[in-house]
Amino acid sequence: MATSQPVPTPSPAPGGDRPAHDAPALELDALRKTYGNVEALKGVSLRVQPGELVGLLGPNGAGKSTLVKIACGLVRPSGGGARVDGAPAGSAAAHRSLGYLAELFRFPEWLSADELLGLHQRLAGSDGGAAERARLLGDVGLTEAAGRRVGAMSKGMQQRLGIAQAMVGSPRILLLDEPTSALDPAGRRTVRGLLEALRDRGVAVLLNSHLLSEVELVCDRVAIIARGEVVAAGTPDELSHAGGVEVETAAGVRRYEHARRDDAPGIVRELVAAGEEVYGVRVLRSSLEDAYLEAVGDG
Amino acid sequence: MSAARTIAAFTLRESLRRRVFLVVALLTAGFLALYGLGTWQAYRTIDEFGATGESGVDAEIVVGATLLGLSMFGTLFLGAILAVFLTLGAVRGDAERGLLQPILVRPVSRPTLLLARFAAAATVCAAYTIAVFIAAAIITWAFGGWWPDRVVRPSLELGMAVAVLTALSLAGSVVLSSTANGIAVFMVFGAGLTAGLLGQIAEAIGSSTLDDVATGAAWVLPFEALYQAALAGITADTVGFTRLAIDLGPFGGAENFGALLWPWALVYLGLVGAAAVWAFARRDL
Repeated sequence: MATSQPVPTPSPAPGGDRPAHDAPALELDALRKTYGNVEALKGVSLRVQPGELVGLLGPNGAGKSTLVKIACGLVRPSGGGARVDGAPAGSAAAHRSLGYLAELFRFPEWLSADELLGLHQRLAGSDGGAAERARLLGDVGLTEAAGRRVGAMSKGMQQRLGIAQAMVGSPRILLLDEPTSALDPAGRRTVRGLLEALRDRGVAVLLNSHLLSEVELVCDRVAIIARGEVVAAGTPDELSHAGGVEVETAAGVRRYEHARRDDAPGIVRELVAAGEEVYGVRVLRSSLEDAYLEAVGDG
Repeated sequence: MSAARTIAAFTLRESLRRRVFLVVALLTAGFLALYGLGTWQAYRTIDEFGATGESGVDAEIVVGATLLGLSMFGTLFLGAILAVFLTLGAVRGDAERGLLQPILVRPVSRPTLLLARFAAAATVCAAYTIAVFIAAAIITWAFGGWWPDRVVRPSLELGMAVAVLTALSLAGSVVLSSTANGIAVFMVFGAGLTAGLLGQIAEAIGSSTLDDVATGAAWVLPFEALYQAALAGITADTVGFTRLAIDLGPFGGAENFGALLWPWALVYLGLVGAAAVWAFARRDL
């Protein structure tokens, strides 16, 4: 039996309930980016609505991190537009609405966890004070490490602290680039619970991850990017399609590749009528991994 | 301005914590100790020969001014080391290490970040340089009884010279990697010093062409002009044969660049800052 660790539920942040408006949390419109002769993004459009958890998948060099960095205002697009909570990406208003955790990040090693969050509170203009810092550290399971220096933390702890840092000031959208790459399974479960709780509070999340199982578990929608383009998008269910029916008979396992769940009773009837002994039936579905490999052309 | 204050305070705290500051503090202690020993020994020697000879040259002034002038070179060099090492990786280096991005996704503009980092680093470096200069002047006075003709203005000029170097290093950090930037700024620093040496040579051989080149270079690299002005300031009231004797030493190239020097230094800071802001705005992180 798998041991289960309690998943912390972030309590509503003071001042976190900002006036609702119609603007998508993130809106990318025909976004292009070229580095010299290399086209990193070739007109990517994507919307993330408030309270939506969207996964961004793609092979290395597909343009995922570039896309996230453009949304953060760290990289200038070559064409198209990006808006965060209705404001142009890179503007102060956009920065006030977002929280970001980079794939490769470092914090000053001499700061304690509490001091780091305090620094980001001042930069973000958050008036949450000590209560917000304690809440965020609790959300990522670092309450006991509040006074510990960043340099004395493990990589996993630093990643948790990075997630807490991204949540400073109760942003309306979180852009997380590989936020669980350094975490153990328990840590991943904690972060998963955290993301779900944030979604319930209306916070939008764009999750850039290589961990397909994680994306499948937690995301409402998935966009797969390859060679700078969105090659597939939809809910995890939409992307993972029917993969046939498998029937175990006395003569061995028979596979009906184009059959669907509704076809299973008819198949069993026919086999029984033909004198076969049926021991089991399994409806097959392709996984998100299959869909991913098919979309990026490696399947 | 709240974000600027936060970043400046953070940078100040970081500067004082960094190992380079400890190294510079140890170097400074060694430098001042050796300077004290040298000054004591120099004045002991001239006491044995008599302070003022028949030539009319006041040896106490010549020795004090020469020693303090040499110490100003050391002070400027230590200030330059501090300025370079505190800022050489401030933008590109920090971005490559992933330190900059978490700050820049906050409502902090890039010019604000640059300005705040400059203000903090320049404050630390200028304060350090002024403190070492004053300490050297006190040591000279304690062992030789000589006090410079001007103190406040030369100390401010040295502080401003280091602030200019800080700005150049910070601007360089936008476009160059840390190592390349460090090398580039020290080469610029060396070019300034070479201009000063050219001035000395021009003075010695009476070459107006060489003097023009040296003066032009000092205007282009105003930290050198500020250093020379500071050097000129400590013996501003000294005249006669003593003056001539002083000019044979490191003061040969010293020059008071007049009332336009400070406005030009401020404009120069503005130009370097504008170039840095322009380059930073176009930099993908």
